[in-house]
Amino acid sequence: MSRFGKAWVRLSENPRRGQPVEIRAMIIHPQESGFRLDNVGRPIPRNIVERLICTYGGKEVFRARLHPAMSTNPYFVFYVLAAQSDDLLFEWTDDRGDVATHTVRLEVSD
Amino acid sequence: MIDDASPAHTGRRNALRALAAGACLLMVRPAAATPEELAVAIRELFGERAINPGRINLEVPRLAENGNIVPVTVTVDSPMTEQDYVKSIHLFAESNPQPRIVDVELGPHNGRPRVATRVRVAISQHLHAIAVMSDGSLWSTAMEIEVTVGGCAP
Repeated sequence: MSRFGKAWVRLSENPRRGQPVEIRAMIIHPQESGFRLDNVGRPIPRNIVERLICTYGGKEVFRARLHPAMSTNPYFVFYVLAAQSDDLLFEWTDDRGDVATHTVRLEVSD
Repeated sequence: MIDDASPAHTGRRNALRALAAGACLLMVRPAAATPEELAVAIRELFGERAINPGRINLEVPRLAENGNIVPVTVTVDSPMTEQDYVKSIHLFAESNPQPRIVDVELGPHNGRPRVATRVRVAISQHLHAIAVMSDGSLWSTAMEIEVTVGGCAP
């Protein structure tokens, strides 16, 4: 069963053409490092989000490769230049091959 | 004469420090990485390319109470134009079990050379950031961070 939970994406207000839009993206995931032991001393198996890709109108605008030192519920803030009103698609993939996606609409004004 | 730096006090303090570190290590299977492992990780990514100090700024709290969730912001001195932009940013924790934290790919379409995230920091140490520019040059910085309760699960 996928351990991805709800995705949460917020954009800065009133995006204007040609200006950078701030994107804050978080997904619920344990990001289990593989270095922890359970209460009887057995290692808890590693299960981390390894990749986040964000596309804007089908074009890749952000890609992250995550390692176990990323916190639980991986969170990123980054920017994208507002070019046209279009979809921002977020795709997270963990080391079990589970995938979570989320789409938000970026409405650009002049 | 008794002052704080007397050998007896220092000895006890070091013992307490060792105990605290030991308590953390009990939860962490592999030994903490060392700056040498950081050097290896950097060489794996960039080979023998020259890394210059500057053009990148790493913002971390001086003191983090909870090492499991430490806010980190990286900004790079770059115009982010088609001719001159940041290609990637790489974050490292020299004393975590594994030094690599995250690698981010950017381009001129990002418009602003700034990325923020939240990371795990096992013990007090230096965090390092390296930016790769579109002209192939590499720029780095490091910040010291003190952790009260270590992210024992990085």
